[in-house]
Amino acid sequence: MTQMTMVQAINNALREEMRRDDRVVVLGEDIGKNGGVFRCTEGLIDEFPDRVFDTPLAESGIIGSAIGMALYGLRPVPEIQFMDFIYPAFDQIVSEAAKMRYRSGGQYTVPMTIRTPYGGGIRGGHYHSQSSEAYFTHTPGLKVVVPSTPSDAKGLLTSSIRDPDPVLFLEPKKLYRAFREDVPEGEHTVPLGQALVRREGKDVSLFAWGYMSQVCLDAATKAAGKGIEAEVVDLRTLVPLDVDAVLASVKKTGRAVVVYEAPRTGGYGGAISALLAERAIEYLRGPIVRVAGFDTPFPYALEDVYMPSADRVFAGIDKVMAF
Amino acid sequence: MLSHRLHAARKNPLGDIVRVLQDDGSVDPSADPNLSRDDAVRLYRGMTLERILDNRMLALQRQGRIGFYGPSVGQEAAIVGAAMAMEPDDWIVPQYREPGAALLRGMPLKDLICQFMTNGGDPAKGRQMPCHYVFAKGHYLSISSPVGTQIPHAMGIAWGMKLRKEPAAVLVYFGDGATSTPDFHVAMNFAGVYRAPCVFFCNNNQWAISLPVSRQTAGAPLAEKAPAYGMEGVRVDGMDALAVYGAVRRAANAARNGQGPALVEALTYRFGPHSSSDDPSRYRDEKEVAVWMARDPLVRLRRFLEARGWWDEGREASLEKEIGDEITQAVAEAEAMPPVPVETFFEDVYAEPTWNLREELGEARSVRRG
Ligand SMILES: Cc1ncc(C[n+]2csc(CCOP(=O)(O)OP(=O)(O)O)c2C)c(N)n1
Ligand SMILES: [Mg+2]
Repeated sequence: MTQMTMVQAINNALREEMRRDDRVVVLGEDIGKNGGVFRCTEGLIDEFPDRVFDTPLAESGIIGSAIGMALYGLRPVPEIQFMDFIYPAFDQIVSEAAKMRYRSGGQYTVPMTIRTPYGGGIRGGHYHSQSSEAYFTHTPGLKVVVPSTPSDAKGLLTSSIRDPDPVLFLEPKKLYRAFREDVPEGEHTVPLGQALVRREGKDVSLFAWGYMSQVCLDAATKAAGKGIEAEVVDLRTLVPLDVDAVLASVKKTGRAVVVYEAPRTGGYGGAISALLAERAIEYLRGPIVRVAGFDTPFPYALEDVYMPSADRVFAGIDKVMAF
Repeated sequence: MLSHRLHAARKNPLGDIVRVLQDDGSVDPSADPNLSRDDAVRLYRGMTLERILDNRMLALQRQGRIGFYGPSVGQEAAIVGAAMAMEPDDWIVPQYREPGAALLRGMPLKDLICQFMTNGGDPAKGRQMPCHYVFAKGHYLSISSPVGTQIPHAMGIAWGMKLRKEPAAVLVYFGDGATSTPDFHVAMNFAGVYRAPCVFFCNNNQWAISLPVSRQTAGAPLAEKAPAYGMEGVRVDGMDALAVYGAVRRAANAARNGQGPALVEALTYRFGPHSSSDDPSRYRDEKEVAVWMARDPLVRLRRFLEARGWWDEGREASLEKEIGDEITQAVAEAEAMPPVPVETFFEDVYAEPTWNLREELGEARSVRRG
């Protein structure tokens, strides 16, 4: 075990997978010599000069050619510098990577992991802060993974790279250097599709991913001060969702608050809410509450107001408890 | 230098087009690819197969026996000539109008027709509309409708070959319309930067549905875009199978030898409609069609074969009969295939079906039973 930040854990996962499997290649803007704008790929080019590529500035080219590499049998791990710049590659991701296995009847597959930092909290304005996971969770054929701790970042990234299907791996940039924790050296995987109960509680379930998992832990601490035991379920993988873990928690607590950073309308939290309404309504003792970003573009000056905070989550808890 | 050649070509657009086959069936010896008799006949057979298949499939479409068809009539020299130039370890990345290339790579005719019929015999399980086939055994990639998206894949495959030091190359087909897509430009740019062994092959058939190539870009000729990306561009007479074969062969050999990518623009023409849903009389002049039909690529190659003493009336008749019978038999076998079973619906979304897909299969089954 070594204490690592999330950036170090991601770097460690990439390095170890590149050592283990010479089909793993890394490509993206400024990821070689510069080590990535957040330094996630720092030093990889020194150890693997033939498998780390600083690419021209074109996201559709990065993803489109990574798809080609994957079709050919490599295991590309392209980086999109910020999720806000992924849209030029949207067509390649949703129409090509996600559909290749299906449309070819299994003759061709795209084992590719797209890494990209997402989310707010670093004063980046709306082009360095968005959480647009819902555009991608809406795409059959794609998996969507979001770690919230350094150890999970390593374990989930390793599993994503080894996965036979395309994975969008979203890195909550607010947590890149927020804290360190023990991360296993060497082999460490966390299976895709498994949520984790980060804090147990019997009164209300908080569902979240990425940075919002940490916010929910703070909110749960606050709730405990008022005698409310909140359970925090970190989804970790959005697609495929760990439906059993989600339902089990709500069946225990009878109350649900779904917390996400993206604009409320059409966000992935809506899918969680609908699932609970369909499959657990008889267990619910109050309305399903969504605490989310506002339905505006991500603001710069008022970022702190936009981001769901522990206070806002606590207000959501209060609402469902008071029902 | 190349750019000089291209500038000369702009002044005299027909002056700089590689052409091998002369009208009388003789060849320009300076550009002759020197195909053996067997290869020349194989090329002619592949082109004839594509022509007859297209006409038969359009007829089946009109009878309602297949849902949709996109013919390639007029473009056989470009399509089959380019595919002939590639080696078995090379990969072929199609646009959608190249059935002759898939057949040349060994795709069974029956499988292809089952795809057109999207029935249970379709190796890709009826997932896509007709004319979107795949043949991985022949390194023939899955076809995508969104125009141009395949071009960066070809670049990535070629890049992979280079990284793995495999002495192979990629041939990617696309239309004149596709040269306006961002994917074309991004793939050309990446291929230039990484010197990927990729042959970019533009089937310039003069039209993108109703838009003439003159309105697709102000930067004609299309081949002139190549130097901007650090590679060579050549224009060939796309109705001349030997010219196409020779140009692609040279480009592929150079690519395999580490000399990087190239763009080959084949000047050709779509004799028929864009697809079975299209009526070209709405947008183009029949006089233009007639001019191009006079350059029929099959007639030109046949004249060459005859001039060499490799072909005659008798051989032509038996080839046509042989191909006709093959198609008749394949159609009969394809029509005998059952429909796509509902069980396959949820396969291949992921390597393993997820919980929701397993549940939805139950729902889909009950709809079927309904
Ligand atoms: C991105 C995209 N836009 C529009 C279409 C509709 N469409 C299908 S084929 C086509 C024309 C393509 O022309 P070209 O690339 O010259 O190929 P050709 O059909 O002439 O062989 C269009 C507009 C599409 N399939 N994909
Ligand atoms: Mg065209």
